[in-house]
Amino acid sequence: MDFLHGVLLWFGDGAHWRGSDGIPTRLGEHLHLSLESVVIGAVIALPIGIVLGHYGRFGNLAISVSNVGRAIPSYGILVIAFTLFGFGDGPIVLALTALAIPPMVTNSYVALTEVDPDIKEAARGMGYREFAQLLRIELPLAVPLIMAGIRTSAIQVVATATVAALIAGGGLGRYIVDGFAQFDYTKLFAGAVLVALLALATELSLSALERVLVPRGIRLLTARAARRGTAFKTA
Amino acid sequence: MAGHLFLDAEPWVDWAWVSTHVPTVLGYLGQHVELTAISLAGGIVISLPLGVAAYRWTGLRLPALGLFGTFYTIPSLAFFALMVPYTGISELTALIPLTGYNVLILLRNVIVGLDEVPKDVLDAADGMGYRPFARLLRIELPLALPAMLAGLRVATVSTIGIITIASVIALGGLGELIYQGFIESFRTPLVVGMVLCVAFALVADVLLAGIRRLAMPWARSG
Repeated sequence: MDFLHGVLLWFGDGAHWRGSDGIPTRLGEHLHLSLESVVIGAVIALPIGIVLGHYGRFGNLAISVSNVGRAIPSYGILVIAFTLFGFGDGPIVLALTALAIPPMVTNSYVALTEVDPDIKEAARGMGYREFAQLLRIELPLAVPLIMAGIRTSAIQVVATATVAALIAGGGLGRYIVDGFAQFDYTKLFAGAVLVALLALATELSLSALERVLVPRGIRLLTARAARRGTAFKTA
Repeated sequence: MAGHLFLDAEPWVDWAWVSTHVPTVLGYLGQHVELTAISLAGGIVISLPLGVAAYRWTGLRLPALGLFGTFYTIPSLAFFALMVPYTGISELTALIPLTGYNVLILLRNVIVGLDEVPKDVLDAADGMGYRPFARLLRIELPLALPAMLAGLRVATVSTIGIITIASVIALGGLGELIYQGFIESFRTPLVVGMVLCVAFALVADVLLAGIRRLAMPWARSG
């Protein structure tokens, strides 16, 4: 109990809430790195997955690329980015973006291929042109699974951003890496609590966002598909 | 920042280093295999009875999936760090979180696998006079095997990758080579660690796919 009391005191210490190594700064860095990587990843991954899924082409390629990607350790990808490009946020965002892309490609691809062919045919019969059909029929139906892909990516990026502290990145992982290096187990533990809370908060808020973004009717229609969204832990 | 990308002539693999470090590298590989095997075995031992129980008593599903789902959401580095004050720098510090992650993946698949056994099959088994335990053992579990093995493959590949992170707090495995490559700015251990890690994941995946074929001669495709 003495140890946990020490951790509480650590959180109570005002010095840990100020300055460049304060919790708000580290949290900001963590969110900044993660958000940037997920947004860049989404801009690259979603169009690829959506177009491939719409035409139903190169599906095996899209899926096997992300399957092989899973076997590559995220920690190694970070260190390779560092080896090639040195210290800084750039290499870290590059590595995190590379990790964010596969789940979003796979999920958006699967989402589009699973739109009921009868619905597409009905849309055609109603006179929808291809682009309008994609935009107004297929995409809304695909939203649940696409969102599941974004959520999976975001959670993995937030988790992996912790490891980026090892290659001199900022973020909440700093407390863990520094605490370990300094044999300061209080700091190590406090950092771990912060990272765990951030990961849980990310998961909960993205699940909530998913619920808001998906219209109720579509949610009922595709409930089973959404639950099946590929979750894969890389960090 | 990116200046030294093509300018320096450091080779990606220094074979002289590799030839003198075979025992070290094999040691890390052995540790990696050991951590993977124990955490998967632990995952199976916990998830199988828990999954069967959650299949029978649906009230158990939400708490069980919720608890292990929460563990699963915690990033591994944080989970390892949460263990350190209690278990020190020992294998247990890596094994407890890794096992917890595997329980979630396997538990989900045990429940889904059992849920998907057709009702007709169960009726037929009952009609043939199977008692509940015999029906579970000889009808339901074998039919749930495809889903369980699919879960095991995911858990295996995922675990092999996550173990590299354990080296950040000196818990061993192939990640130690990646860490060494970073600390010494020396590419060879980094490349060796990465290649062995990916190779191990692929070999394990192929082996499990083979077991699947052997265990289920009726499902040759896939």
